[in-house]
Amino acid sequence: MSTTTTTTTSAAAAPPPAAGAPGVRRRTRRSLSPGKRLPAAGLIGPLAVLALWAAASAAGRLDPGAIPAPWTVLRTAGHLWTEGTLATDVATSLRRAAYGFAIGLTAGVVLALASGLSRVGEALIDGTVQLNRAIPTLGLIPLFILWLGIGETFKIAIIAIVVYIPVYLNTHAALSGIDSRFVELAEVQGLSRLAFVRRIVVPGALPGFFVGLRLGVTGSWLGLVVLEQINATSGLGYMMFQATNYGQSDVILVGLLIYGVFGLVSDSAVRLVERRVLSWRRTLNS
Amino acid sequence: MAPHTEQLTAPAVRLAGLTRSFDGRTVLDGVDLELPAGQFTALLGHSGSGKSTLLRAVAGLDHEVEGGGELTAPERVSVVFQDSRLLPWRRVLDNVLLGAEGKEAAERGRAALAEVGLAGRERAWPSELSGGEAQRAALARSLVREPELLLADEPFGALDALTRIRMHGLLRELWKRHRPSVLLVTHDVDEAIVLADRVLVLENGRIGLDLTIDRPHPRSYRDPLLGEYRERLLAALGVTEDLA
Ligand SMILES: Nc1ncnc2c1ncn2[C@@H]1O[C@H](COP(=O)(O)OP(=O)(O)O)[C@@H](O)[C@H]1O
Ligand SMILES: [Mg+2]
Repeated sequence: MSTTTTTTTSAAAAPPPAAGAPGVRRRTRRSLSPGKRLPAAGLIGPLAVLALWAAASAAGRLDPGAIPAPWTVLRTAGHLWTEGTLATDVATSLRRAAYGFAIGLTAGVVLALASGLSRVGEALIDGTVQLNRAIPTLGLIPLFILWLGIGETFKIAIIAIVVYIPVYLNTHAALSGIDSRFVELAEVQGLSRLAFVRRIVVPGALPGFFVGLRLGVTGSWLGLVVLEQINATSGLGYMMFQATNYGQSDVILVGLLIYGVFGLVSDSAVRLVERRVLSWRRTLNS
Repeated sequence: MAPHTEQLTAPAVRLAGLTRSFDGRTVLDGVDLELPAGQFTALLGHSGSGKSTLLRAVAGLDHEVEGGGELTAPERVSVVFQDSRLLPWRRVLDNVLLGAEGKEAAERGRAALAEVGLAGRERAWPSELSGGEAQRAALARSLVREPELLLADEPFGALDALTRIRMHGLLRELWKRHRPSVLLVTHDVDEAIVLADRVLVLENGRIGLDLTIDRPHPRSYRDPLLGEYRERLLAALGVTEDLA
């Protein structure tokens, strides 16, 4: 359906300027807004850095042992992909992050709903999570290794905890911070409890949920990097750690680049979903 | 909706000895009041005199407020607030249909939007409406429920003067067509006089003045015969005009 927005109130046109005020020249005031966005603004900075890096490498101003040239890194990446274990390492890392993220996200949302929508749930859950939050999750690593061994389960568990906390906190805050005026409205309109939750509480909490989701995504990569670099025998972090022992800075850079791509792609995906779901938030000027 | 008969016998709202207090401070101190079905009543009072408290009691919104007394109100009550209270995440039509389900309700919603002059804006977001348009959407939302009683708490308080005058005409028009009982809370004496057939003044927790305004509609602010009512109301509110 096409939306034709016709303004119903026809604005009474302002009187034509100036006729009665000779000598008063109207000038537009200086605009204080930074003006229009440059096209592809997000890419300009990174591309400039890349160009600088390439130029410095070509001019021989960088120690190739510390910072290899961009093309060296690319060549190494291709080499590792076709002849080495890069593909399996990437898959292993992705699987860890994905499982941990999915479990953490589900747990965060379910707990937030249980605690945000019922007083009993809140009494049971909220204090517990707040306590959990006080302990830095990465500090749990030794204990979890004891409990779960050093395999995949332990890594996924740690990532899930890193993810669930911001998801829970932000979603719960949004659920319980529902505007009391809307509660009153729901009562006036005779909404059932279920309809109240579905039409008012949940949609009203979505912006908060997305804040938590973005933090959770970032957290899952952070957790992954830390876990893979201290206790892993496969995965990207392990590859990088090994490279340190052999002084292969190009391999380390390949790993970092891939982490960067992971982060960028996942963050863009979340932003895209957020823009879709929260389309009502788009203001008139965007 | 069956048209109400003109005889104003069966009261739509009856309050007897209604009291409400906050932390031991009495705000409503035994209000006795009957609103006949289909009457357009305005409730005046100083800021803080308890107008909203009274309205919220009639609307059944004051769960945790201490108080007593008798209160009868109809089944279908709608409330219009000072803010339009549109949910920003629902389009205008979906806002109007909040709490009303089904295809037939959707038709009524469209009709209500058309009645308040918002035909064609069904799929707009609330943030795209002006203040006056948002308040008209809120009026449409209150109409969809086909209320027997329409409660409005300073519904035009946040609008500019021009928009307010247009909204006055619209509200009166809607009332004529649907004939709910109306209780309009306002602190604006002129608004009360121009719109209502009966004006109450709330003071010291009771109805201090109950004035029937017997002038034909539509009324003009400049109608000299309304001046007498204005003076009596201002006097009841403790404002003397000779200062002006
Ligand atoms: N929820 C509340 N808690 C405590 N005091 C309240 C509450 N609501 C209203 N009051 C008090 O009751 C009095 C009447 O308030 P209200 O009915 O809102 O006045 P009005 O609508 O006439 O301006 C005020 O003194 C106000 O401070
Ligand atoms: Mg009030």
